[in-house]
Amino acid sequence: MSIASQVIDIIAEQAMLDPAEITLESSLAELGVDSMGVVECIFAIEETFDISVPFNANEPSQSDFDISTVGSITKAIEKLVNEAA
Amino acid sequence: MARVVITGAGTINALGRDVASTQAAMAEGVCGISALNMRDVDRLSVTIGGQIHSYNEADHFNRQQIALYDRFTQFTLLAAREAIAQSGLIFTGELADQAGVILGTSGGGLTTQDENYRTVYEDGKNRVHPFIVPKLMNNAATAHVSMEHNLRGPSFTVATACASSNHAMGQAFTMIRGGSAKAMITGGSEAMLCFGGIKAWEGLRVMSKDGCRPFCATRNGMVQGEGAGVFVFEEFEHAKARDAEILAEVIGFSMSSDASDIVMPSKAGAARAIAGALRDAQIDRSEVGYINAHGTGTAANDKTECAAVAEVFGPHADQLMMSSTKSMHGHLIGGTGAVELLACLMALREGVIAPTINYQETDPECAFDVVPNVARDAKVDVALSNAFAFGGLNAVIALRRAP
Repeated sequence: MSIASQVIDIIAEQAMLDPAEITLESSLAELGVDSMGVVECIFAIEETFDISVPFNANEPSQSDFDISTVGSITKAIEKLVNEAA
Repeated sequence: MARVVITGAGTINALGRDVASTQAAMAEGVCGISALNMRDVDRLSVTIGGQIHSYNEADHFNRQQIALYDRFTQFTLLAAREAIAQSGLIFTGELADQAGVILGTSGGGLTTQDENYRTVYEDGKNRVHPFIVPKLMNNAATAHVSMEHNLRGPSFTVATACASSNHAMGQAFTMIRGGSAKAMITGGSEAMLCFGGIKAWEGLRVMSKDGCRPFCATRNGMVQGEGAGVFVFEEFEHAKARDAEILAEVIGFSMSSDASDIVMPSKAGAARAIAGALRDAQIDRSEVGYINAHGTGTAANDKTECAAVAEVFGPHADQLMMSSTKSMHGHLIGGTGAVELLACLMALREGVIAPTINYQETDPECAFDVVPNVARDAKVDVALSNAFAFGGLNAVIALRRAP
């Protein structure tokens, strides 16, 4: 299973949507994921990929981990997974 | 309705082991936040806090007491001893029946829980000490203060997360004002700086890894602290009759619920609590000179709190000083309002306004006089202390200079 499809599954569960409704261009806000939902997604991502995501809810835009879209999240995870490998 | 005054204060926290040293540190802008010292700290991503270092429980309590007193209870008892000694009250006869204890805490005996879960889960033991339940329960501190000082009146513990001690003090105030007690021991304590306590907070991703900078544009979260603040609230005529030294008068209290979100604060809920305290105190907003802010240093709290203060105070907001002493002692969660009330007492009694330290850069959404970095001399007649908890439960206290 690709990283992108796993990320889509995680976000779909959080947003209570069908994975088919989510594309790489979707933003979390569009999907109805609020700030608490973002923190839960990050937790699920860390558990799924066994990585540590640098994310502080006080300054989401300062983070190296770009959470603006499903695609940007996928890219950031790929980078962290490669670094860990 | 009876008037209520404060005739004793006590504390232990990262800035000091008593009120005098704590207020001196606040006036000096000392930072009590440092590297955490605890087991498994290398497994934490947040490794700073307002921890009370070099604290040795055996200096204060005997073996039997330690078996029953969690760290939060110990802190409470030390602060209560100081407050009651200062008040000069001795609780016997009728006064003992008319005096009680209402304290706030959020986690209660969290260190005891943490240690004993570790014993059974990590160490695989099948037996824990027989007194774990009475040691960890949230009302243990209240009960031990009542036993140590023979306080036989209305007593209970309040848990409203970060507003616990303000809610507790508000209850003590209304109890004396309404005539159901002559004196109340009140305030709160917290000892959440244990591995499990920090680990749980890490999960929320609202903690700073490098320091507490309330209202500053570069703020990046809260930093936890630990300790206790305890006060003697007393009916004014009772205090006057015995010629007690009065530290300040408690003139108003208000609480509200946001009824909106479990973690995100609401401007409307905070504003209703602040305005309610002014109404309860029957004062005009222009009389307020200092606000000890909730000021956690998170993005969400600080801008919401500033918006609420701006709404309630209107043009007078520009004349106000509003500082967050959490920058120095950290966020004591259920005990925080009690330790912060010491900054209000210092403002009213000594005319010294505690600063918001670590302040670097103005945030346009928090553009108040936050008394940046250095304490200030100013005459203040009325001070407010804000507390806004997770769960949207808010509690604001108003104090006036001693009559």
